[in-house]
Amino acid sequence: MSVEKGYIDIFLQNRALVEKGSAGIMNSLRDKAFDCLAQYGLPHNRLEEYLHTDVSKWFEPDWGMNLARLDMPVDFAQAFKCSVPNLSTQLYFLANDAFASSDTASRSILPDGVFAGSLKQAALERPDLTDGFYGRLADMDKPGIAAVNTLFAQDGFMLYVPDGVVLDKPLQLITLLSSKVDLMVNRRILVVLGRGAQAKLLLCDHALDANSYLTTQVIEVFAGQDSALELYDLEETHTANLRVSELYVSQGAGSRVAVDNLTLHNGRTRNTVFVTFDGRGAELSLNGIAVADKSQHVDNMTFVDHRVADCTSNELFKYVLDDSSTGAFAGKVLVREGAQNTSSQQTNRNICLTREARMFTQPQLEIYADDVKCSHGATVGQLDDKALFYMRQRGIPEQEARMMLMLAFVGEVIGKVELEPLRDRLYRLVEKRFRGELTQCEGCRACR
Amino acid sequence: MLKIENLEAEINGKQILKGINLEVNAGEVHAIMGPNGSGKSTMSNVLVGHPAYQVTGGKATFKGKDLLSMSAEERSHEGLFMSFQYPVEIPGVSMTNFMRTAINEKRKYLGLPPMAPTEFLKFIKEKRDMVKLDAKFMNRSVNEGFSGGEKKRNEIFQMAMLEPSLSILDETDSGLDIDALRIVADGVNRLKTPETSVIVITHYQRLLDYIKPDIVHVLYQGRIIKTAGPELALELEERGYDWVIKEFEESRN
Repeated sequence: MSVEKGYIDIFLQNRALVEKGSAGIMNSLRDKAFDCLAQYGLPHNRLEEYLHTDVSKWFEPDWGMNLARLDMPVDFAQAFKCSVPNLSTQLYFLANDAFASSDTASRSILPDGVFAGSLKQAALERPDLTDGFYGRLADMDKPGIAAVNTLFAQDGFMLYVPDGVVLDKPLQLITLLSSKVDLMVNRRILVVLGRGAQAKLLLCDHALDANSYLTTQVIEVFAGQDSALELYDLEETHTANLRVSELYVSQGAGSRVAVDNLTLHNGRTRNTVFVTFDGRGAELSLNGIAVADKSQHVDNMTFVDHRVADCTSNELFKYVLDDSSTGAFAGKVLVREGAQNTSSQQTNRNICLTREARMFTQPQLEIYADDVKCSHGATVGQLDDKALFYMRQRGIPEQEARMMLMLAFVGEVIGKVELEPLRDRLYRLVEKRFRGELTQCEGCRACR
Repeated sequence: MLKIENLEAEINGKQILKGINLEVNAGEVHAIMGPNGSGKSTMSNVLVGHPAYQVTGGKATFKGKDLLSMSAEERSHEGLFMSFQYPVEIPGVSMTNFMRTAINEKRKYLGLPPMAPTEFLKFIKEKRDMVKLDAKFMNRSVNEGFSGGEKKRNEIFQMAMLEPSLSILDETDSGLDIDALRIVADGVNRLKTPETSVIVITHYQRLLDYIKPDIVHVLYQGRIIKTAGPELALELEERGYDWVIKEFEESRN
């Protein structure tokens, strides 16, 4: 418990500071978070769920933390270039883990009753929006990072969309990591969609300098009855970054949720997604791409809980691993007793471009209902030699042919992105990545 | 156009070609026939630079240049084309993107600028019409979900697009019904000019009814054992290969 003890001590010594920089429900949960961290600790690789990613080690260095909420100036002008061409988005920024308004953020007026902005502000001024939801899904009674995140998170982003309101314009939340020292960042996002509400949220994670960052991210999503949410979580940082994210989704009856986890550039990443179907007739599309080279590491774990009948989940994760990078995917689907007429499909396909690249994949299906349609499949392979030669015979140089095959491979996932301008941008970003033009994150300049 | 001297090649340590001699001049159509396992496919794969085959002896020049030292893509840019016996499916790569890349890579090699998009679309349409390939295929992934006949027609379409000086048709007739065969052969004939040459590799005389060869060769155990005019193909159709093989073996003793 030595690593955890360090964080417990930091909290004990700085509790007043932490709470001063935060508000309301965020502070109310800190006692519970403290107890859970002390009891379960940080996740380590002796736990099956963390076999390939020893997250607790990431917490060992003496990370800086901005608990006093010092102003950390960030060049938003740079970030503004991150805007997706032809995609008009409502832009928001997090400077490390603090919500930052900026002049460059577009200011078009959101429909009545919609809240999009600082989570701390929401907790302070609109407890009616936060108190019934914050911390309800993020499970701290297990080893994970929900406890440590809840213990230290002081701000973040809240999106509340009331019943029946449809946000046509996608929201884009850009996190800019920028600091003078190596920094630990505790980010918290809360999304609440009322009955029949619709929203699209794009999260972009960027590092503006070469410092190391440890990001803990906890996202809670409440998708109300018949609501629709598209959530894209794009990480494009650099090799000195450590990121551990937990996404919790509760889907109401008839809701449709699409989640895309896109790891284009990173250091070491662990994303865990928990989705529970709490109402019948809901649909989930859960997809991911990981492109890694050098000694990068990407670990995605998903847990889809079919608690009720008539729900559909489709999962597709694809990895392209170069050099001595490693990838891990574990996908658990639980179909509980009574969850009849469940349809669940899970696919994980991976390409290892070198002999040194390693992929660990583990599909897990647990079914306790008898009238269900479930399938899963996982493959690890190389690029198709026959296709490569065919392309070369037609005059496409080998390097170009390899690039086209890799792009086609992950293109299946990108093709599922419903926002067309974003889809086009992702194709370009991934192509740049494969061409080696994104050898390190240049902040949002690379997005143009 | 193509000159092969004493070409020897192996795959996985097994020698398949044991000294091939062949000269193809501009404007000629050569047919290479032979029983199964005689080395026909090996020969075409070696000529287009398939990395699985190792050349162990001999030489080959194409338009005066050393063919064997070129990469597969360079051979293509120089004007060598092979219609595959089993065209490969490439999921996720659209026909249009595939052809655009292929054409522009060749143009880059020749020092030409990329083809303008409108010009490219016009060019595609013209060539599609030639082999009667429906426009819908252009947005599909390369060969994915194509029928056997459509795949072969797609090969000839690509040949039309790339305008090679030497085309090798590797068992293009396999798996084709008579109508598809006619369309494919018709495409090949229309592409034929006095400056271009064709090597037709086939088991059967059938394709040669439509693509008339000037010269017919019989390949056997990695060597060309007989070369004659088009009448040889007809004779082979009637009498089989045994008599040629016997003649060859007698001549060796």
